Amino acid sequence: MKVPPPPAGKVKLPAKLSLALLADMLRIRRMEEKCAELYGQQKIRGFLHLYIGEEAVAAGAMRALEPEDNIVATYREHGHALLRGVSMDAIMAEMYGKQEGCSRGRGGSMHLFDAQTRFYGGNAIVAGGLPLAAGLALAAKLQKEKRVTACFFGEGAVAEGAFHESMNLAALWGLPVAYLCENNLYAMGTALERSEAQTDLCVKAASYGMATLKVDGMDVVAVHEAARRAREHAAKKGPIFVEFQTYRFRAHSMFDPELYREKSEVEAWKTRGPIHTFTARLKAQGDLTEERFLELDAAAQAEVDEAVAFAEAGTWEPAEHLTADVYTPQ
Amino acid sequence: MSAITYREALRQALDEALGKDERVFLMGEDVGRYGGTYAVSKGLLEKYGPERVRDTPLSELGFTGAGIGAALGGMRPIVEVMTVNFSLLALDQIVNSAALLRHMSGGQFSVPLVVRMATGAGRQLAAQHSHSLEGWYGHIPGIRIVAPATVEDARGMLAAALADPDPVLLFEYPALFETKGEVSGEKVDIASSKVRREGGRVTIVTYGGCLPKALKAAEEVDGEVIDLRVLRPLDLAPVLESVKKTRRCVVVDEGWRSGGLAAEVMARLMEQAFYELDAPVARVCSEEVPVPYAKHLEEAALPQPEKIVAAVKGLFA
Ligand SMILES: Cc1ncc(C[n+]2csc(CCOP(=O)(O)OP(=O)(O)O)c2C)c(N)n1
Repeated sequence: MKVPPPPAGKVKLPAKLSLALLADMLRIRRMEEKCAELYGQQKIRGFLHLYIGEEAVAAGAMRALEPEDNIVATYREHGHALLRGVSMDAIMAEMYGKQEGCSRGRGGSMHLFDAQTRFYGGNAIVAGGLPLAAGLALAAKLQKEKRVTACFFGEGAVAEGAFHESMNLAALWGLPVAYLCENNLYAMGTALERSEAQTDLCVKAASYGMATLKVDGMDVVAVHEAARRAREHAAKKGPIFVEFQTYRFRAHSMFDPELYREKSEVEAWKTRGPIHTFTARLKAQGDLTEERFLELDAAAQAEVDEAVAFAEAGTWEPAEHLTADVYTPQ
Repeated sequence: MSAITYREALRQALDEALGKDERVFLMGEDVGRYGGTYAVSKGLLEKYGPERVRDTPLSELGFTGAGIGAALGGMRPIVEVMTVNFSLLALDQIVNSAALLRHMSGGQFSVPLVVRMATGAGRQLAAQHSHSLEGWYGHIPGIRIVAPATVEDARGMLAAALADPDPVLLFEYPALFETKGEVSGEKVDIASSKVRREGGRVTIVTYGGCLPKALKAAEEVDGEVIDLRVLRPLDLAPVLESVKKTRRCVVVDEGWRSGGLAAEVMARLMEQAFYELDAPVARVCSEEVPVPYAKHLEEAALPQPEKIVAAVKGLFA
């Protein structure tokens, strides 16, 4: 498989925004590296899907969205939740299963929720979030609210009926929704070209009359620019589909022996890693010194340490509460 | 005879089925290159090739429907849906096509399809990966539901399912994948329930992932444990026989209580064994909540040996 060249970096963002994007990516990276370690120690259980390698997408996109917007995500959503504003403490506590977690310990890694930031969850049914996003957008439209719904999902979802039905509804009704597809080339072990007759994802969305964009998802600046345009389009004109071309550096989940891809392919993609390429670019532009980089990295690490301490100190929901919130208290 | 794991038994059964009958093929998400989500089909792609160990896109409805079509067209497909939760995306094809075609066509078309899927909780996978909906499928006429709880059944039930001219849903229990047992190599049936432990004081009826829990509880209360094995059509003859002796019965079911399989078993005991009983039939089911992530909450939500023992004691109170 051919790996595209490193991010070109034509566009230049204001230095402050650039550093914020870098800090965002570092926060996800350091948090998830810790998660992997904690999984090894059995502090985190169940399924754990890491986003390592794909951070530029969540980082670039989240900073293009507004506080009133809705977010829908998948089970690979730690980074999205974090950058949307869910505290690392609450995310880490959730992964521990503690009641201080953002879903009270009932959801775990795949089901992070946060009403305050309009984070409508980690959904572990592939494509399950897409119709939901259409509905959130419909509600906004009917109530004449300005919010846009941003829906993140993997390319595996495009094979599901839910994808096609959602594209059609969104386009038919002109909904304010941005479908943000993170194409990391593999759905578990199934490569895109082994599951799709038409591998150009934008063509699929376009067939429903959707606007589309195809973007280098390893380039946080390009992602940010595309997401900004996508939000504007969704708000003013209606639905849009964006394909972010990215790559996951780690296994699908913690149980994956990675029989389906060559190590050399992973290594080649790592040369395009969103964090180090952007770091180098900022340094070359004179926007970043090594010292500043180390500061940002240390801050991210400190936040992680604190989140782990928070999660460790967290408490278990009493089992007597088990049946609470199956229904809404009247 | 040699001891193998439940997982290995499932793998051997697939291997044998593919080896024996050219019409058999396996299809589903990540059954090939990935080696199977639970490594059940590991090595089969290399042995049988991509035509017969066929990776599919994420299209549960589509490939389950294609399985029905292939079955109608003369093949003997084995469709793997990763978990029962995802089978809900294929529900329309299973319930509105596979189960109905034979009857609806006036007996002209049978659907010799096997759909395998994992089910059950116990591994902290949270609500969208942990539910037990096999009892639900048991509501539907036109399909047979089998639930191997032993290594012997894990090894033998697939062949029996493939020999069945009608659709069979075969539920596999990841909670049991590491359990070891002997396999005799004998054919097994997919029609009868079986006594797994003899006992005198109480009859404990269960199936699937709860069997080890029921056996554990039975040690403490001198229970006679009956493994249903087949959830549709139900065979309650051994249960009725056992209840004549013990006069008491507890049904253990990882499904939810309301409208569940346990309720069906209890209703039949009311119909057929009312005068044999010295106490009302009791049941131990999952709490009526989505299965939570945190370990202690998940454990609290599921049937456990202590809950079974307590239910038995309640019958003597
Ligand atoms: C309906 C459904 N089918 C199957 C699965 C099992 N599964 C979980 S993740 C996954 C791969 C999805 O790949 P993609 O959409 O590309 O997202 P990625 O994991 O690469 O981020 C599969 C098959 C599921 N969760 N839901």
